[in-house]
Amino acid sequence: MKFGIVVFPGSNCDHDVYHVAKHVLGHEAAFLWHKDTTFAGVDCVVLPGGFAHGDYLRAGAVARFSPIMKSVEAFVARGGLVLGICNGFQVLTEAGLLPGALVRNGGLKYICRDVHVRTERQDTPYTSRIKQGTVLKIPIGHGEGCYFAPEEVLKELEEKRQVVFRYCDESGQVTAGSNPNGSLRAIAGVCNARGNVLGLMPHPDRSAEEVLGNAQGRRIFESIVYAWEQARRQRI
Amino acid sequence: MKARVYVTLKRGVLDPQGKTVCASLHQLGYREVTDVRVGKFMDVTLGGLPRREAEQRLKAMCEKLLANTVIEDYRFEIYEE
Repeated sequence: MKFGIVVFPGSNCDHDVYHVAKHVLGHEAAFLWHKDTTFAGVDCVVLPGGFAHGDYLRAGAVARFSPIMKSVEAFVARGGLVLGICNGFQVLTEAGLLPGALVRNGGLKYICRDVHVRTERQDTPYTSRIKQGTVLKIPIGHGEGCYFAPEEVLKELEEKRQVVFRYCDESGQVTAGSNPNGSLRAIAGVCNARGNVLGLMPHPDRSAEEVLGNAQGRRIFESIVYAWEQARRQRI
Repeated sequence: MKARVYVTLKRGVLDPQGKTVCASLHQLGYREVTDVRVGKFMDVTLGGLPRREAEQRLKAMCEKLLANTVIEDYRFEIYEE
């Protein structure tokens, strides 16, 4: 399987994702410069964390117009897998590929620490190896990760089961204290209606190896590989 | 021709920055302040456009880039220098 990692000016987790894909999972990985317009042979596009285009104007607002985004949109329309982590999630919402927006953290502070998230569904390519209800400990590192969407959009997200990860405590309970940034409905990650695009604020790329003290984020990457292999088997 | 574009958070979108400024004003004794919302403005200089076309194009600029209409409202004023 081949991962394509988009590099915007200001991306800073591109190498983390590359390392996980290539050296932890043992799959192919390639960097995709934001001015490229094609990425033949890529099975999963990852928009990594960082501060694309300096986060000027709004996080993700300028990046969504980078030349590569047209190809990403076409890839999504064909059913391709696109994962946005942190800043990548912000880019995907700005691009309209995911609903809602990410605004300043409720407490105003940039937060960098481990949080717990509850997996709300297993039937997505990103959670195919994670049972519904599973609590994962994954780090966050953001100043603008407070998920916002109008009430009617939130209702639709719940009805279509598009909330994939929710902030929770260690036991899986969603409480006021377990929501680090004031996200509405404690949303940490959402997918599109089709399920092929996922955005999440926590960093599975920073928690994919035992040597880092936490390998729970690896399960998201392993899910992607598993889902891709299942899909390939069906095609053959 | 110049335009001043104002971008503000929609009502209902939490503005922790505004809340902090409001609390600070209270601390300074300005008890009459009941709310503060922090926004931003951009000065845009335009050349060679009739006013009506400038309005239309500014609206498009706001919708596409300058504001995120999921969370923000915008308005603008056009003026000659």
